[in-house]
Amino acid sequence: MHYQVDSWGYYMPARSMGSDPMERVAKLASESAVVIFSLSSCCMCHAVKRLFCGLGVNPTVYELDQDPRGKDMETALMRLLGNSQAVPVVFIGGKLIGAMDRVMASHINGTLVPLLKEAGALWL
Amino acid sequence: MNSPSTEFTRRMAIYEQFNQISRLGDAFNCGDSPNTGSSAIVEVDVGLENKAGYISCDQVEPSRSDQETNKPDDKTQRRLAQNREAARKSRIRKKAYVQELESSRLKLAQLEQELERTRQQGIYISSASDSGYFGLSGTVNPGISAFELEYGHWVEVQDKQTCELRNALQAHTTDIELQILVESGLNHYCNLFRIKAEAAKADVFYLNSGLWRTSAERFFHWIGGFRPSELLNVVMLHIEPLTDQQQLEVCHLRQSAQQAEDALSQGIDKLQHNLAQNVASDFSWGNYRAQMAVATDILEALEGFVNQADHLREQTLLQMVRVLTTHQAARALLALGEYFHRLRALSSLWAAHPR
Repeated sequence: MHYQVDSWGYYMPARSMGSDPMERVAKLASESAVVIFSLSSCCMCHAVKRLFCGLGVNPTVYELDQDPRGKDMETALMRLLGNSQAVPVVFIGGKLIGAMDRVMASHINGTLVPLLKEAGALWL
Repeated sequence: MNSPSTEFTRRMAIYEQFNQISRLGDAFNCGDSPNTGSSAIVEVDVGLENKAGYISCDQVEPSRSDQETNKPDDKTQRRLAQNREAARKSRIRKKAYVQELESSRLKLAQLEQELERTRQQGIYISSASDSGYFGLSGTVNPGISAFELEYGHWVEVQDKQTCELRNALQAHTTDIELQILVESGLNHYCNLFRIKAEAAKADVFYLNSGLWRTSAERFFHWIGGFRPSELLNVVMLHIEPLTDQQQLEVCHLRQSAQQAEDALSQGIDKLQHNLAQNVASDFSWGNYRAQMAVATDILEALEGFVNQADHLREQTLLQMVRVLTTHQAARALLALGEYFHRLRALSSLWAAHPR
C-alpha cells in the first residue's frame, strides 16, 4: 500500500486549481489499479485497507484529511454515494465499486477478485 | 362636716380605685384565649365607706393565682390535644405505607416468576445482579425493550421453521416446496438483521455485547452476532456430497468470509485502540466538549461496524444458498437452525444447573 499526497496541484496550470472536485476524484481514481479514498481517523477505512492488503493488493490511498482540497472531495463523494459517509470509497480500474458494504458483498459473491485481476492489481 | 378638700380627696380615691381595676382587667384579658371564663370576676366594692385608694389584696390575689394555675392547664391541654392529633395522623400514614410495601412485594414476586419462565424459554434477559442491562443504566430503553420482544418472537418462529424443514426433508417433499421453505428461512434471517439495525440505533453497546443472546451463543460472539465463518463450518458437515464446482465455490466462500471477517476485526481493534488513546490522554480528553465528541464518534463508528458485520452475515447466507442445490440449501438451513437451538438449550441447562 502506498500513500499518495497529491502535490500536482502546485504545479498544474491555473485552470485546474478551480477544477471540479468530482473531476479530481475521477482523475485520481483512474491513475491506479486500486484507489481508496479514506480519512486517517476512520476505522472502517482501516478495515477496507486491511482487506485489500490481505488479498495481496497494493492500493493507492488518498487521505482526504491530509489533502488541502479534501473537504470538497469528501462532499462530492457523499453526493456520489448518496450517503452521509463519504469514506471509505473504492475504485478499481477507474470504476466506482462503492463503500464498504459493496466491497464486501462483491468479495463474498466472488466478483471482486476477477475485477482486481482484470485491473492488473492481482496476479494468479 | 365635708370640707372641699376632703371631698376632693375622696373623689381622687375613687378614681384611683377604678384605675387599678381597669389595669387588672387588662392583665386578665391580654392575649389570652376566650377560655378564661373560669377566672373570677373581680368585684371591688367601690363603696365610699372604703378606705381611699385601697383595694383589698385578698380580693385580688386569689383570682390572680387562679389565673396562673388555669393558664398552664389551658396550654397543656392544647398541647396534648395537638399531640393526639399528630399521633393519629402518623398512625394513618404508617398504615398506608405498610400497605404499599405489601403490594410491591406481591408485584416483585410476580415479576420474578415471569422472569424465570422467560429464562426457561431460552431468552436471556439480564438481571441487575449480573450487572446487565437494567442494572447498569437503571432506566429502560424503549428501543431495546421492543427489540427484546421482537427477538423473542423471532426465535419462536425460527424454531418452528426448523421443525418444518426437518419434517419436509424426512417426508421427501418436492424441490418446489423445499424452495419455498428455504426462501422463507432466508427472509427470516433478513428480518433479524433488520430488527438488529433498529436496535443498533437505540443502543449499539447493548447489541454489541450480546446480552440479548443466551450464554452459550455469547461464547462465540463476534461484533453483535455469530461469525460468518462459524456458520459455514456448521453447514459443511451437512451438505455432502458436493460437485467439484461446488467444492471450489464453497472453498472460495469460506476464504472470502474469513478475509472479510479479519478485516472487520482489525477495524474494530483500531477503534478500541483509538478510544483507549483518547481516554488515556489528557490532551484529547480535556473538556466536556472533547469528551462528547469522542463519545459520539465511537458510537457512530461502532454502529457502522455492527451493521457491516450483519451485512456480511446476510451476504454469506445468500451466497451459500446460491452455490447449493435446493435440497442441499434446505439441509444447510436445517443444520443452522438446529445448531443455534442446541446452543440455546445448552444455555438453559447451565442456567438451571444447581451450583
